[in-house]
Amino acid sequence: MIHGVGLPFFLASMITLIGALAAATMRNLVHCALSLTVAFGGLALIYLQLDAQFAGFAQILVYIGAVAILVVFAILLTRGVGTTLIHVYAQKWILGLLLAAGVFALLGWAVLTSIPRVAAPEIAVPTVLTIGQSLMHDYVLPLEITAVLLTVALIGAVIVAMPEFKKNGGAE
Amino acid sequence: MDDSPIGINPGNVTQCYVPWIVANLWLIPAIPMVASGLIALLKQPYKRASQALAIGAMAFSFLLSLCAFSRVFLSWHAGTPTRYLFNFDWMSMGASSVQIGWVLDPLAAVMLVMVTFVGSLIFIYSTGYMAHDKNATRFFCFLSLFAGGMLGVIIANSLLLLFMCWEIVGLTSYLLIGFWYHKPSAAAAAKKAFLTTRIGDIFFLLGIVWLFAQTGTTLFYNYGAGAIESSALNTLLHQGAGFGLTAATAIALLIFAGAAGKSGQLPLHVWLPDAMEGPTPVSALIHAATMVAAGVYLVARVYPLMSAGAGPGQTTVALTVVAWIGAATALFGALVAVAQNDIKRILAYSTVSQLGYMMVGLATGGVAVGMFHLITHAFFKALLFLGAGSVIHGCHEEQDIRHMGGLRKAMPVTYATYMVGMLALSGFPLIFSGFWSKDAIVGAAHSWVGSQGPFYMLLTGAVLTAFYMTRQIALVFFGSYRGHGHAHESPLVMTAPLAILAFFAVVLGVLGTPAWPWFTGFLESRPVPFDFAGFSEPGLLPLMAIATVLVFVGLGVGWSLYGARQRKTAEELDPVEQAVPAVAGFLGNRMYFDELYEATVLRWYAWLAALAGWLDVRVWGGAVAAVSLFFRGLGRANKAVDSVWIDGSFDKGCEELVTGGGLLAWMQAGRAPGYLRVLGLGVLILAGIALVAASMSGQVRL
Amino acid sequence: MTPLTAYLLLAAMIFALGLGIALTRRVAILVLIGIELMLNAANLNLIAFWRFGPHPEALTGMMFAIFSIAVAAAEAAVGLGLVIAYHRHARTTDLDAMTRMKG
Repeated sequence: MIHGVGLPFFLASMITLIGALAAATMRNLVHCALSLTVAFGGLALIYLQLDAQFAGFAQILVYIGAVAILVVFAILLTRGVGTTLIHVYAQKWILGLLLAAGVFALLGWAVLTSIPRVAAPEIAVPTVLTIGQSLMHDYVLPLEITAVLLTVALIGAVIVAMPEFKKNGGAE
Repeated sequence: MDDSPIGINPGNVTQCYVPWIVANLWLIPAIPMVASGLIALLKQPYKRASQALAIGAMAFSFLLSLCAFSRVFLSWHAGTPTRYLFNFDWMSMGASSVQIGWVLDPLAAVMLVMVTFVGSLIFIYSTGYMAHDKNATRFFCFLSLFAGGMLGVIIANSLLLLFMCWEIVGLTSYLLIGFWYHKPSAAAAAKKAFLTTRIGDIFFLLGIVWLFAQTGTTLFYNYGAGAIESSALNTLLHQGAGFGLTAATAIALLIFAGAAGKSGQLPLHVWLPDAMEGPTPVSALIHAATMVAAGVYLVARVYPLMSAGAGPGQTTVALTVVAWIGAATALFGALVAVAQNDIKRILAYSTVSQLGYMMVGLATGGVAVGMFHLITHAFFKALLFLGAGSVIHGCHEEQDIRHMGGLRKAMPVTYATYMVGMLALSGFPLIFSGFWSKDAIVGAAHSWVGSQGPFYMLLTGAVLTAFYMTRQIALVFFGSYRGHGHAHESPLVMTAPLAILAFFAVVLGVLGTPAWPWFTGFLESRPVPFDFAGFSEPGLLPLMAIATVLVFVGLGVGWSLYGARQRKTAEELDPVEQAVPAVAGFLGNRMYFDELYEATVLRWYAWLAALAGWLDVRVWGGAVAAVSLFFRGLGRANKAVDSVWIDGSFDKGCEELVTGGGLLAWMQAGRAPGYLRVLGLGVLILAGIALVAASMSGQVRL
Repeated sequence: MTPLTAYLLLAAMIFALGLGIALTRRVAILVLIGIELMLNAANLNLIAFWRFGPHPEALTGMMFAIFSIAVAAAEAAVGLGLVIAYHRHARTTDLDAMTRMKG
């Protein structure tokens, strides 16, 4: 369904980029988290354009529905004196900027000088059936491991975030 | 001499009976030495204790000597062999060993008794003489050590042991001559004595080493294997030693050189008169009775060596040399004594002269003749010296006889005993022992096969002896007192030994008369009957008559010059000086022997010493200094290296470490953003490298 | 510019932005946000390469991306739990102040 880099791609990428940029520069943390959500949405659109519908919906469900909410919860739970910070950027933020720019430059150079292919092949759009079959046949092990991992992460997150109980009673 | 002794030889299976005294003969010298050691530990104020120790030790040694003498006497009386040996291994070197030991024979026995007896008397005398000296403890320590050494010389059966004790005796002589060391003349005299006897000792040592090399043993007697027993002597006689001498003669002469040094023979006599700087008991004991007699005793001990090869009616080269030197010494001593004015110096030169007599006696008449005069001389010379000491003590330390006079009334006991001694020394006939002993020597010299020269020299010496002794007696005891202050008699502790010695100076003569030559028989281990027929030996009575006449001539001339015409003042010129001033001056200056030595030997020696000193300071000292400088430089370089490089580098290293640690600490500050940046940087770099490498190698078609 | 290049460039840009957020912001939570963005960029790369690469019927790329999403979610949960725990202890989420290495 891809015929070159058209308007949908441009729009979706713009949404993503602006969301990410906003997350980078906003002062208010909640605003950052919400713009992150926007960026996730943009990415989901791009996945849909790439005939990876399942991935796109999974992106929306998991990232926007869980991760972003989680981030917002964390922000709200860890509020300091005021929600707006005095200093937005860390010390020596220039270095981080330069590093990021350097990484982008490197990746861009690698991308631009290497990919010669032009056309997108036609494929059979993967259905949920095929994905399910693939999960259960070829990727059953990663599936199980991911399940264990999620359980462990759940328990771990609960324990880490749990308030400590002192011997003589009372949560810290 | 009987050549088959009884003794024990450890290692020898056949054991014979050894008398207790022989096995423990070593006690006789050891006890005074131990006493000396104990006295050395006492401090200065313990005068009484040190005196008691010294006299006690000497008395005990005297008792032991009497035991030894009685054992020998009993053996002699029974007609059994009288030489007891006790030899043992001293140093073993593998299979061979050096043996030393001691011997008890008649010669040793009489010497032991004489030395311990006279020594004890002189020790008793010293307590009075040194009563006012605060260093008396040191004095008795040295005296005891000397006594031990001398007794060791007497009993030694080994030349090695004898030499060791000889050196002890020489050392103590040095210490005692220089007893008042703060007097420069005393210190110089001690040095002179030591060095002069040293010259003799060098030759002595050469002789010992040569004898040991030739015979393989230093023992005198060893049941036929000793160094002076017949088998060894045969070996020595048949070996040449250059200059046409046999080895026996050469060794004998070398040993005699040592004896000459110790006994003050010409030309090594120069130390004896100067040795009078020591206290008078020292002069009496060491330089009259015992130490100077050690040389004579040594010659008597090695007499078989000296007389080896001479049949009856012959004499050996060694004995000829001994006789001539002895005669020359006798005459020289008597001549010089005539012109001396110090009471002790007269006696010193008299001793020199008498030692010459003893040597002539040994050389011409054998061991018994020389030894008899040694024994009698010990008594009356000790008597004379002690008497001189008493005189000096009574005249308040005055020693010039021109400042004395008329002391026979002030010091009667001293006068009486001194007269006895003087008459004995002069050889007053019949009553006094000196007559018999000196007459024996003169008789032997007369019948000597070598030459009559020594005989005439001895006769001249006898006249002169009587002359100068009369002079001394007259100037000291007769006339009027020319000194300062008031003379007084000495205390009993000093006069009692004088009396005892005087008694023996008379009585001992009995042992050596021709009618009853007991001494000779005892020494030669044969029985001696009392026989007046001994007087009828041909030529004996005329000789005795000549000797008597000469003695009276000397006494008469002396008395007429000095006794009859007494000098009034101390500064009057001596009659001899007035008559022949040049000769008197020559004699008074001891024939310029000392000056001769000073100009030749001493000058050369001083030059040598200066050279050695220069070498030591410049050359050896320079070498040592150079080595030390080198090492100091090395040390300094080491220190520089250490402080600059090693320390500096270490400090720098530590500084860098601290800086690095600070750096690391800064890096480990826990700043998460920093870590993230580093991570990002690392990723960037790694990815970059990977991509560039991949594109370079063509794996990725970029 | 091929479509693949475009997608890859977009992914690179998102990645760089995520890295920038992680390295320059002061708040700990924003670092986690940056990490999420980076993960998303990587997912995009995966999907793009799956779509334009050989054998898209093997579903390898998409599976990988799906698993990546799951893991990222778990990791976000744990990370945010850590931040909350730290905040409880030190009352701040300022990264520059989180320098004490003693617990």
